[in-house]
Amino acid sequence: MARMIIRNTVLNQKKGFLLLEDDRIMAFQEGEPGDSSSCKLYDGRGYHLLPSLIDVHVHLREPGFEYKEDINSGLKAAAGGGFGQVLAMANTNPVNDNASVTRLMLEKASWHHPHGPFVHPVGALTRNLEGKELAPLAELKEAGCRAFSNDGLPVRDNELFRRALEYASDLEMVVIDHCEDPCLAGDGVMNEGKISSYLGLKGIPDTAETLQVARDILLAAQLDTPVHLAHISSGKSVELIAWAKQKSIPVTAETCPHYLVWDEEQVQGYNTMAKVNPPLRTRQDTSALQDALRQGVIDIIATDHAPHADFEKQVPFAQAPNGISGLDTALSLCLGLVRKNVFELKDLARLMASSPGKIFGLPANSFQPGDPADFILVDPEHQWPVNAQTMLSKGKNTPCQGDMLQGRVMAHFMAGKEIFSRI
Amino acid sequence: MNWKHKDLLDIESLSDHEIRHIFSTSSRFIEINSRSIKKVPILKGKSVVLFFAEPSTRTKTSFDMAAKRLSADSFSLATSGSSLKKGESLKDTVLTLEAMKPDAIVIRHSLSGSAAFVAEHLQCSVINAGDGWHAHPTQALLDGFTLNRIWEDFSGKTILILGDIAHSRVARSDIKLFSRLGCTVRICAPRTLLPARAETWPVKVFNDLNQACREVDAIISLRLQLERQKAGLLPDIREYAARFCLSRRHVELAAPGVKIMHPGPMNRGIEIASDLADSRDSLILDQVESGVAVRMALLYLYLAGSKTEQELPEG
Repeated sequence: MARMIIRNTVLNQKKGFLLLEDDRIMAFQEGEPGDSSSCKLYDGRGYHLLPSLIDVHVHLREPGFEYKEDINSGLKAAAGGGFGQVLAMANTNPVNDNASVTRLMLEKASWHHPHGPFVHPVGALTRNLEGKELAPLAELKEAGCRAFSNDGLPVRDNELFRRALEYASDLEMVVIDHCEDPCLAGDGVMNEGKISSYLGLKGIPDTAETLQVARDILLAAQLDTPVHLAHISSGKSVELIAWAKQKSIPVTAETCPHYLVWDEEQVQGYNTMAKVNPPLRTRQDTSALQDALRQGVIDIIATDHAPHADFEKQVPFAQAPNGISGLDTALSLCLGLVRKNVFELKDLARLMASSPGKIFGLPANSFQPGDPADFILVDPEHQWPVNAQTMLSKGKNTPCQGDMLQGRVMAHFMAGKEIFSRI
Repeated sequence: MNWKHKDLLDIESLSDHEIRHIFSTSSRFIEINSRSIKKVPILKGKSVVLFFAEPSTRTKTSFDMAAKRLSADSFSLATSGSSLKKGESLKDTVLTLEAMKPDAIVIRHSLSGSAAFVAEHLQCSVINAGDGWHAHPTQALLDGFTLNRIWEDFSGKTILILGDIAHSRVARSDIKLFSRLGCTVRICAPRTLLPARAETWPVKVFNDLNQACREVDAIISLRLQLERQKAGLLPDIREYAARFCLSRRHVELAAPGVKIMHPGPMNRGIEIASDLADSRDSLILDQVESGVAVRMALLYLYLAGSKTEQELPEG
């Protein structure tokens, strides 16, 4: 039985040490450890303890788009960003709509990162993400998929979506929906409003999102089957989700750091780094999303990590691909919200670890005896410049490129093993 | 005045004083264009690339003529003859062009923001000859100059812009220019052809053409792209013409001496009645004439901007 002590750390504002046994947490105790002769000692340097984070929405691009990201580089960025488990979306090439792609993803991940971070593939809901017929969902679950989604290419056919929910519920799997009515969104490239008009860019109204949120809520109610609503961006969607939760309809929802810290103003100057789908919306939407997280209407924060190569974003705005690379910066951006009292540090642990774990059936650490020894040491004061050298993801596409961010992961442990360190 | 700008991308980047200076410089070129020998040597040795990645007749010809009358060498490139057709990125195409050391690139492109994107990557001057729905600053300046030849003072004047405002770079640049010059600007279109949140623009919004025309001093009718019907924005071109085609009966509601303008090319009988387009109230051909002078002024200011005005040839 191997014991380890992480001394000189802070948990929920208490200074103390964390006692581990093998891959589990035994206890956190205030003060300094007494006799530690039988334990391996690790100096936590006064850093804060947070659970290893769970990101239920990333794009790792492998197979097919390894020039943007591969499983190895994506997991390095996850480790450095504090994420120990990630759900990887199916829009690869070939699409993850069959067991062989799922197995390839899992094998690559375990080969490069045997001790974590861990990938949980999300299987395609429909074959080739075409929204025409169901993918072999049981086969995908059997191969190791953790959830199903047509993310990026929402299922337009309401009947097919209904059947997908029913079929997935037999398998006790959650369906994640990218909420966007494709007709209303059309070929829009940013939020529809004052700025899109001014820039002469085709807009996407927020109703494109809320219509599909409404559809999903009504189907979840009719079938009494869970639906997870991906990357919610608008205040009107929040109102609908709040109504659904009041009625105990089994929907859960995520939003992303970029919708919490930036709004459509970021697009000024045709800034392709701020081009994302759904688009950055208004300041009012940003505040509504922050309130929704505080009030539990939106359950979790996910990154929607969408890395792209530099040359793909160096084009006129309408031609640029959607997406923000998020794994490296998500925690720092959220710590900024903690500093602004949008929520507390303990809420961050809930929003980025325990709640995503609960929704998708993944083990999360709450620092209770017996919990997995999956945790990060965070220096909330550490300032770092966001640039091509400091980002571990191959995707350097973020609106905060060139900014200084505050707060950073200094070490990351999974099952008691250090998988990443800046110390 | 010393011209401090590298690029002309939109109206917003010009000060009121600079807009007035462009008008006064254009006046001198109008005079040069009326001589029997219209060529002057002030841009001799300079080269201008006309990169039109979207079809254009009048703007391209106007820039070409402007460059040649100033003795600059102009070179034309269209998408069909460029590597864009072979999948080359816009950035690589314009970097390749710049490596040939032109002094300016005049660009027309179907995507909003493309002129700014090109300017960001090039050292030479970039002049926006229309980018997507965003801006067409030289058209706005020539519209302003055309009226300035008649009106010395724009304050107290009311201008109506009529037609497909939502998809029009001319409308966006005209609204910015004329509101800056002190005009009251009205826009009139069916709601499907108005931009989102039009009420936040410095304009009065109308959807009844009779009301919109009352007491206006100038009306700018815009081109309607006939594909708008297929895109579901209009039920029928005939119905559009019945509601929004500018005709003599509308002009009678306007202020005496109202001026009629159109950036061209026109769909006669859809946007504007044919007889009105050819009438004495119409400034449509004056706009074309002004266009060459304004573009000469702009090429002169952007390519020889550090020289003093005295170097302009005297009449």
